[in-house]
Amino acid sequence: MILAKIVGTVVATRKDERLVSSKLLLARPIDPSGKLQGGYLVAIDTVDAGEGETVLIVSGSSARMAEGLKDAPVDAAIVGIVDVVEVKT
Amino acid sequence: MQLARVVGTVVSTQKHETLTGAKLLLVQPVSVDGEPTGLSTLAVDSVGAGVGERVLVVLEGRAAGQALRRRLAPVDAAIVGIVDTINRS
Amino acid sequence: MQLARVIGDVIATCKDPNLVGQKLLLVQPLDPDHKPVGRVLVAVDSVGAGAGEEVFVVRGREASFPFLPAEVPTDLNIVGIVDHWATEGDDRS
Repeated sequence: MILAKIVGTVVATRKDERLVSSKLLLARPIDPSGKLQGGYLVAIDTVDAGEGETVLIVSGSSARMAEGLKDAPVDAAIVGIVDVVEVKT
Repeated sequence: MQLARVVGTVVSTQKHETLTGAKLLLVQPVSVDGEPTGLSTLAVDSVGAGVGERVLVVLEGRAAGQALRRRLAPVDAAIVGIVDTINRS
Repeated sequence: MQLARVIGDVIATCKDPNLVGQKLLLVQPLDPDHKPVGRVLVAVDSVGAGAGEEVFVVRGREASFPFLPAEVPTDLNIVGIVDHWATEGDDRS
């Protein structure tokens, strides 16, 4: 799983029927200090995350194990809103 | 499947119960010419490979679980053959 | 699987119901020389690993297998704590 920051929303009226009630968010991976890293991804939100929040994203076929996404054609899902990231080194 | 070279051995006493007895080797993917390509990875060994040998690795969970003959084992890579020769036309 | 070091943890109160009770650890993938390689990731833990330990992680759907029949939405799971590893360059005595 990766840490990411929500940087926007994506609106798609026409989409797969199994995604009709899903919220799509635009996220950017971050490092543990919160610094933005390369790339963007679109992820299905299952925990009611909002813009600016740090979240946990699961990728690949495991994303379909997120609440409500069984059999949905997704490869990235937001499965947690991060309160604290603790680095202990 | 991927060509790789066995570059190390890994010892882990405390591991998931489904991995008990599994031999873990560190493998470096290589090109047909033997040049390292990409990151090294950890694979379970079901054919008795050793350090320095050129091997065939499956990099996919279901196949790796089958190689280990344990369905639902949490593995994503397995050595399934030791390469004797490669003939190129 | 990949070698990695546990470098911290992540606290998330609001999360998928099947992640509730799962410890979330920050892991830094390592190369065979114990050097960090690639991005820091978040993993669940099946073996009781702690900060500073060297571990191996499994990626993909297989990461969730230890929790079946619960469908834990994770793509990275710590499935072993590494005692040591030896590479070709090491003195193998």
